[in-house]
Amino acid sequence: MNLSRAGWPTLLYKELLRFWKVSLQTILAPVLTALLYLLIFSHVLEANISVFGGKVTYTAFLIPGLVMMSVLQNSFANTSSSLMQSKMNGNLIFILLPPMSPLELFAAYVGGAMVRGLVVGIGVFAVTLFFAPSLLRMPHPGWALAFALLGSAILGSLGLIAAIWAEKFDQISAFQNFLIMPLTFLSGVFYSIHSLPPFWQTLSHANPFFYMIDGFRYGFFGLSDVPPTTSLAIVAGCAFVLSLVTLAILESGWKLRH
Amino acid sequence: MSIAVEVVNVGRRFGRVQALDDVSLAVEEGEFFGLLGPNGAGKTTLISILAGLTRADAGKARILGHDVVTSYRAARRALGVVPQELVFDPFFTVRETLEIQSGYYGLRDNRAWIDEILHHLDLVSKADANMRSLSGGMKRRVLVGQALVHKPSVIVLDEPTAGVDVVLRQSLWTFIRKLNRDGHTIILTTHYLEEAEALCGRIAMLKAGKVVALDTKQNLLSRFAGLTVRLVVERVPVAWQPRVLRQEAGIFFVGIDRYADLEPLLAALRTEGIAIGELALQETDLEQVFLRIMGGQRGEEGA
Repeated sequence: MNLSRAGWPTLLYKELLRFWKVSLQTILAPVLTALLYLLIFSHVLEANISVFGGKVTYTAFLIPGLVMMSVLQNSFANTSSSLMQSKMNGNLIFILLPPMSPLELFAAYVGGAMVRGLVVGIGVFAVTLFFAPSLLRMPHPGWALAFALLGSAILGSLGLIAAIWAEKFDQISAFQNFLIMPLTFLSGVFYSIHSLPPFWQTLSHANPFFYMIDGFRYGFFGLSDVPPTTSLAIVAGCAFVLSLVTLAILESGWKLRH
Repeated sequence: MSIAVEVVNVGRRFGRVQALDDVSLAVEEGEFFGLLGPNGAGKTTLISILAGLTRADAGKARILGHDVVTSYRAARRALGVVPQELVFDPFFTVRETLEIQSGYYGLRDNRAWIDEILHHLDLVSKADANMRSLSGGMKRRVLVGQALVHKPSVIVLDEPTAGVDVVLRQSLWTFIRKLNRDGHTIILTTHYLEEAEALCGRIAMLKAGKVVALDTKQNLLSRFAGLTVRLVVERVPVAWQPRVLRQEAGIFFVGIDRYADLEPLLAALRTEGIAIGELALQETDLEQVFLRIMGGQRGEEGA
């Protein structure tokens, strides 16, 4: 028996087991949703929208957007629902009693969210690939992966903050419906922001989600609305700041060890 | 003997409620210590501070000499807590629950001890059952098991037998007594005073966030040595009213010091023409002590 080993790998394992045991709801459902978006939007818009000066079909353009949207939404859902359920059921005490540091809690929860986000993202990619097989020839897979990892870490942290703050499930839905959803939908998942009027283009540049989607897409096409290095700097900066904020909240014990 | 749990001038306020007010106490290693008090007295707040679930506004708390805030890792490793609420994670089986809890303490290969816990808590047949499917008593046993996975030196049980049937209560206490004999320090809060009387060596009584009594069980019992007269009467003679410990629906509990005091009480009743419906004499038990201290009518000068 070795007492010196850390507790967070078990918490990460528990987080993975939790969503794996209800994978119908946590993996298959979001994959199906993304597939429906693709069927409807590509059917309606394929002929009417031209992206990247006609170099890319609308369906091909849409798929990476949907993949990244699924990654982001599911990362948020994982931390927020896991922690919120533990708070409401009272079983959070089992995580607060052991000698785990704030960094360990952060690593386990956000790590779990990243895995869930990536698993769902890969699932969405796998089923949508059928509609645009050319996407497999990604010129920069490393870029796509970097944005997926950073994006899921950001949303995992946001989910953690939301669940620490919230006292009811209602408040989590509010966070999701009034912040996460608008930011995702207005980030260029469904369109290139070059097709927007100047005012909305400027506004989109203030949305960090836009850089996540745009940078992720660069991995698939080698084309993007802003240079990928700019996007990476902004997204990495957001991930860094948000991680520090989440750690500070955990360190302070706010609402958890009150 | 060294100190297992030390609480020094601990205070904690929730809004306008002073949940704990300058509480100090020390529990030695190997003790079976009782923490008694009515609802809202601050027992759970004190336990939460020891466990790091709540932070104190003032004072210090240490487990085996480790400060619960500044060296929380060592402090939490030494402490096992059975929470009052019947909480569980519905995603897992009993065995998974215990394995995961072990892992949180950094224990990866804890199977032998988990098997032993399952055996002692009579959970072997339920090891692979989902937590959701267990009865309340079974869930309570798993909570005890979870508190023990890391073999803590100090075990805190917050109302562990609330809502638990008699048979389980007995088997639970047999197990806890064994742990105490094996050297574990036990701190128990309970509503069942006979339980505290049967098990605890020393007892602290909390009232409105303050320690109002802290002594060995024998001293507490002898401090309030005496008898209680249980009387069913219309009223108690005026001169005897200060001695009424408690009153419920026509039943008066009157404290007397010795059997000889019964005579003047009966004389007073006769003089005032009060008819006695029922009369019974009770020896002091922890419940009487508790009521006197909490009632503050006769006990406070002694506390």
